[in-house]
Amino acid sequence: MNPNLNLWLIPVLPLAGAAINGFLGKKSSREGVTAVALLFSGAAFAMALWVAGHFSSLLLLPYHEFVAHWIRSGNFSADFSFYLDQLSLVMLLVVTGVGFLIHIYSVGYMWDDPSYYRFFSYLNLFMFFMLTLVLAGNYLLMFIGWEGVGLASYLLIGFWFTKDSAASAGKKAFIVNRIGDFGFLIALFLLIKHFGSLNFQVFHRVESFKAAGNEGLLTAIAILLMVGAAGKSAQIPLYVWLPDAMEGPTPVSALIHAATMVTAGVYMVSRSHVIFENAPTALMVVAIIGTLTAFFAATIGIAQTDIKKVLAYSTISQLGYMFMACGVGAFSAGIFHLMTHAFFKGLLFLGAGSVIHAVGGEQDMRKMGGLRSYIPWTFLTMSIATLAIAGFPPLAGFFSKDEILWKVFSSEHGSWVFWLIGVVTAFITSFYMFRLWFMTFFGDYRGTQADSHGHASHGHDSHGHGGPHESPMVMLVPLAILAVLSIVGGWVGIGNHFDNFLAPVFELPLPAQSAAESGGHMEFYLTIVSVGAAFLGFYLAYLLYHKRQDLPQKIADGLGGFYQAVVHKYYIDELYAALFVKPLIDGSTRILWQDVDRKIIDAAVNDAGDGARQVSDEVRHMQSGNIRSYAAWIAAGSAVVIAFMIWMGVGAR
Amino acid sequence: MVASYVPLSYYLLLSGFLFACGVAGFLIKRNIITIFMSIELMLNGVNLSFVAFAAHWHALSGQVFVFFVMVVAAAEAAVGLAIIIAVYRTRETLNVDQVNLLKL
Repeated sequence: MNPNLNLWLIPVLPLAGAAINGFLGKKSSREGVTAVALLFSGAAFAMALWVAGHFSSLLLLPYHEFVAHWIRSGNFSADFSFYLDQLSLVMLLVVTGVGFLIHIYSVGYMWDDPSYYRFFSYLNLFMFFMLTLVLAGNYLLMFIGWEGVGLASYLLIGFWFTKDSAASAGKKAFIVNRIGDFGFLIALFLLIKHFGSLNFQVFHRVESFKAAGNEGLLTAIAILLMVGAAGKSAQIPLYVWLPDAMEGPTPVSALIHAATMVTAGVYMVSRSHVIFENAPTALMVVAIIGTLTAFFAATIGIAQTDIKKVLAYSTISQLGYMFMACGVGAFSAGIFHLMTHAFFKGLLFLGAGSVIHAVGGEQDMRKMGGLRSYIPWTFLTMSIATLAIAGFPPLAGFFSKDEILWKVFSSEHGSWVFWLIGVVTAFITSFYMFRLWFMTFFGDYRGTQADSHGHASHGHDSHGHGGPHESPMVMLVPLAILAVLSIVGGWVGIGNHFDNFLAPVFELPLPAQSAAESGGHMEFYLTIVSVGAAFLGFYLAYLLYHKRQDLPQKIADGLGGFYQAVVHKYYIDELYAALFVKPLIDGSTRILWQDVDRKIIDAAVNDAGDGARQVSDEVRHMQSGNIRSYAAWIAAGSAVVIAFMIWMGVGAR
Repeated sequence: MVASYVPLSYYLLLSGFLFACGVAGFLIKRNIITIFMSIELMLNGVNLSFVAFAAHWHALSGQVFVFFVMVVAAAEAAVGLAIIIAVYRTRETLNVDQVNLLKL
């Protein structure tokens, strides 16, 4: 029998922190809010570490923990129950670990914000929902977490809600996510209808279900799940919300929109791997969407000038890699990249936050430059993260990305086309990341010293001191820890340790060892190619953005319209606005509001009221208070009744 | 015996006529005492139809009813006349159109 791990405490701890800060934070001091926020998120992390320590002593995997009944209706049941296996353990550690580091970092970053307590309340709330999502024992509880992180994301993107762009970015994220959630919900309904359950045990029945000739249904379920994942994880065609989500405070971008929440889609697809594996068409769809997104977002990243927008597109692109891996059935490679990405992309965002902090709220890379001497620690950690994401060995990104590229090439579901696009994307990734690196840290400082006071548009992000300056210790320590993780995080993948750890979850058919041996040479050559792509990207960025800084403008002029299209993100936002948003607004305004609502619904209600008043106005004169007129009415009424009865009597005869 | 010479419909017609007179008086007259007497006329019109039916069907209940009606009418007359006197003392008129404090 398994020991009781009390998993329910892990999500509930941050919830308690959120409640305390949310209800009492306004009255208490910043130090008090900090203590509560760090204590509860830290406790969740400590608890997660403790669970990880006891993980090997679990006899029965996956570990189930039943907390309470929730819904019981006929044969259907969904309970508050938690589920722990290797996959959720990895997610648990990533979420609580990176989450805790970002909590610490936020103390420094948000210290001057007037809504300090609100920020930490939301951040803890996010942790609660994310942990619910990760630990949920059935799809319905997962869906609660899924919606909850969407809510937290909405609240935090619109954290500075007095700024119009932030408020609408929050709404955009929420609405685009709803579209994805619609798909997810329908998938859940189909599961209920055909499997009668949302517990993860339904996976045992998937194969017999398929054998009964229901492959089409399985494909539909899988694709609908993918629609949900595409919304949450910002894949084509639902990725448009993520770049706008950068309106939120930078720690939020790091935690929610890079490290954890956006990876929920990857987690969900991996969790549902049995369904996907039995629906090859859906798997193909996942791979194609992932590959296209990786490439497409990377190309947009080249031309962005806002440091956070570059990282946002980079995140979309890296998420594309994860889906690419899932799409060829290499779920563990996807989760591996998810983990390393959480380290280095969290670090990149936190570093970007430190840069923004240093230059007083400026986010435009064209106004940075030469910052490496001003903020050496930020520079050092950012460099590690940049090398990691670009795929330089032996940093974390190299191992995970290479694993994906190899699986994409060698898997039975894969193909060299995916691999080629993947390598090209790796090259572009390396290029735009080093472009960011050179533009930010090298050359001469292009901002003005006094400038830092004047950025009203960046509102609370500005800290209002002159000249670039290094961030406080409380921000640098998380950077340093994440930098170490970005270096060593990939080493667990050496010798397929990570794969083997996750193997029980994904029920890998044959030991990965033999496959690796047979393709040993091939894998080595492919690795050379992808590392070469990373170096090429570095060299090109060095050439264009360090050595010959006049070249980028010339190339941009030479490309003309295409360059403009890239700068404007291929006009996707405009396309969506014209295709969906505008018809919806017009249709709602003209037809639903002015015609249906005003002319039919309102008119019916108003006319009924007016008519009743007019009729009563006429008949109220009957009630005169004159008794004899009442008597007359009674007499007249009786006369009518008598006449009627006589007539009836005559008629009956 | 009498019933065999005078048909039932005669009684009913007379009863209806008396009742109609009462209603008409009630509606037309303004003096409270006249109105009061019209009510008595209506009651007696109904009484007549009761006894006529009682005789026709050889049933006693109609006659018993009439006694009750007479008793109630007598009681009503006592109370009603007292009220009329009280009204006359306060308003110094018996015209119902001027006793209209409860009107809108």
